[in-house]
Amino acid sequence: MRKLLLHSALTLLALLFILPFYWTFLSAVKSTADLYQFPPVFWPSEWHFENFAASWNKLPFNTFLWNSTVVVVLSTIGQVLSSSLVAFGFARFRFPGRDALFILLLATMMIPWDVKMIPLYMEFNYIGWINTLKPLIVPSYFADAFFVFMLRQFIMTVPLEIDEAARMDGASSFDIYWRIHLPLMLPGLILVGTFHFMNAWNDYLGPLIFLNDQSKYTLTLGLALFKNPHDVDITAVAAITTLLCLPPLALFFVAQRYIMDGAVGSAVKG
Amino acid sequence: MSHDSRARPRLRISLTPYLFISPWVLGFLLFTLGPLVFSLTMSFYDWPVVGERSFVGFGNYRSMLTEDPMFWESLGITTRFALIYVPFNIVLSFLLALMLHHARFGAGFFRTAFYLPSVISGVALVMIWNWIYSQEYGLLNYMLSFAGVEPVNWLGDKQIAVVAIIIASLWGLGGTMLILLTGLKGIPRELYEAATVSGVPGWAQTVYITIPMLGPMLVFTFITSIISAFQQLTIALLLTKGGPQKATYFFAMYIYDNAFKFYDMGYAAAGSWIMFLFVLALSLLVMRWSAAWSYYEGELKSGGRDA
Repeated sequence: MRKLLLHSALTLLALLFILPFYWTFLSAVKSTADLYQFPPVFWPSEWHFENFAASWNKLPFNTFLWNSTVVVVLSTIGQVLSSSLVAFGFARFRFPGRDALFILLLATMMIPWDVKMIPLYMEFNYIGWINTLKPLIVPSYFADAFFVFMLRQFIMTVPLEIDEAARMDGASSFDIYWRIHLPLMLPGLILVGTFHFMNAWNDYLGPLIFLNDQSKYTLTLGLALFKNPHDVDITAVAAITTLLCLPPLALFFVAQRYIMDGAVGSAVKG
Repeated sequence: MSHDSRARPRLRISLTPYLFISPWVLGFLLFTLGPLVFSLTMSFYDWPVVGERSFVGFGNYRSMLTEDPMFWESLGITTRFALIYVPFNIVLSFLLALMLHHARFGAGFFRTAFYLPSVISGVALVMIWNWIYSQEYGLLNYMLSFAGVEPVNWLGDKQIAVVAIIIASLWGLGGTMLILLTGLKGIPRELYEAATVSGVPGWAQTVYITIPMLGPMLVFTFITSIISAFQQLTIALLLTKGGPQKATYFFAMYIYDNAFKFYDMGYAAAGSWIMFLFVLALSLLVMRWSAAWSYYEGELKSGGRDA
């Protein structure tokens, strides 16, 4: 009886959590007449899938998609490589200052982004990177504290004997990292890649601050362009929102088992 | 032979590990420490983006604290938001995690359903809720009409707009829930078995076993919730634009406006440091307070204090 109550409550709550997605998708494919119905229509009489293409073409979304793709692909590569390299350094060597540096690394996770965004804007402004995609890509090549922490956990589960055996066979430290540990921490790399992909794809404030011209905009900025106080095009907003949500949702389903098993603290990233 | 293989890595130790961690060290200097020092310096200057800067000492801080009504107003709005958002975020996440933990079937499906909103962009979240909150055609008012509630002006009413932001933010509690769920799974079953054998009722097991054992995780989510409450910017910027009549003018938005609307970088930097110190103080308070009720297994990390 109590189990039945528990599962009914969970089902109801789960539906509540999913409903906004369904509602947004519906709003994208409804006819204008159905859109402004009250009480709302939950199963429209006509499905206008052509709304997606029509909305896509209202603004240069091909350009925005290209910019988002460049940022996401290049920064994800950088993040995976640099974070795994640093994690290997912290996990497999003893060196003076290691523990202090590692605590410093953990502490950097506590710094609010707001404190860094103003000086970063000034820094990038001085070197002429404002209104380019570089501020959104280059910092990813310098490792992220949270990902380093996560990958270090992965590396530490691998027995040290493997490293020693490889070293006796004449492998260099870099060989051991590249040929032994990188393949072994693949689940961790998938996790890092997934989270970073999502962060980069979803990011709004970074592009908002660092980009000026529409030709440089990413998808999130493009979508926000629709939010015009005088005339909000609900169909277009819902259509683009649906499309914008698809890649992270798809990626989530693919990487789900890695995320659910391996990642404590996914919420740490805003 | 074993002599040789031990000696070799020791010789290499001098430089190799530093090469491996050099990306982070460089990044820390360029994108964290550098900016922190830079922004602290800026906060003592009248520093426009272009043009002459001049040293003003504590001038920015003084005028912010004594002459700028928007400082106190936005700090008050953010504090009130945090006071509601943070407990709700943790309590609801905890309850959901408990329910998931006890579910016999479908746990994977439910977990995914609760986590999905955390996967999408803040901009998408805002666009979704903007339409749900529509007074005339919105989903929420429709659902509330079954309970006999009159249509609510979610985004246009001074009192209610903050509630609208809180609800939309809570939709994204999946990450917090996941951390707590992982924590629940890590609590040894024997503790509950022993308690049940001794006749301890279920609610007491939650209070005296689950909560203390989850201690470190609860503290972690508490602190990250506080940080994210104070950084709240995307939703306010896009959903309400700080309105109506500045009712949702959050502190992060106040800093953002000073920097990127008025281009008063020194003043904005001072504001961001006040926020940093405020959040840091709150986090330390939470940690001290939690020591009373949470259980730490062993020390944080032995040897962490050398050097």
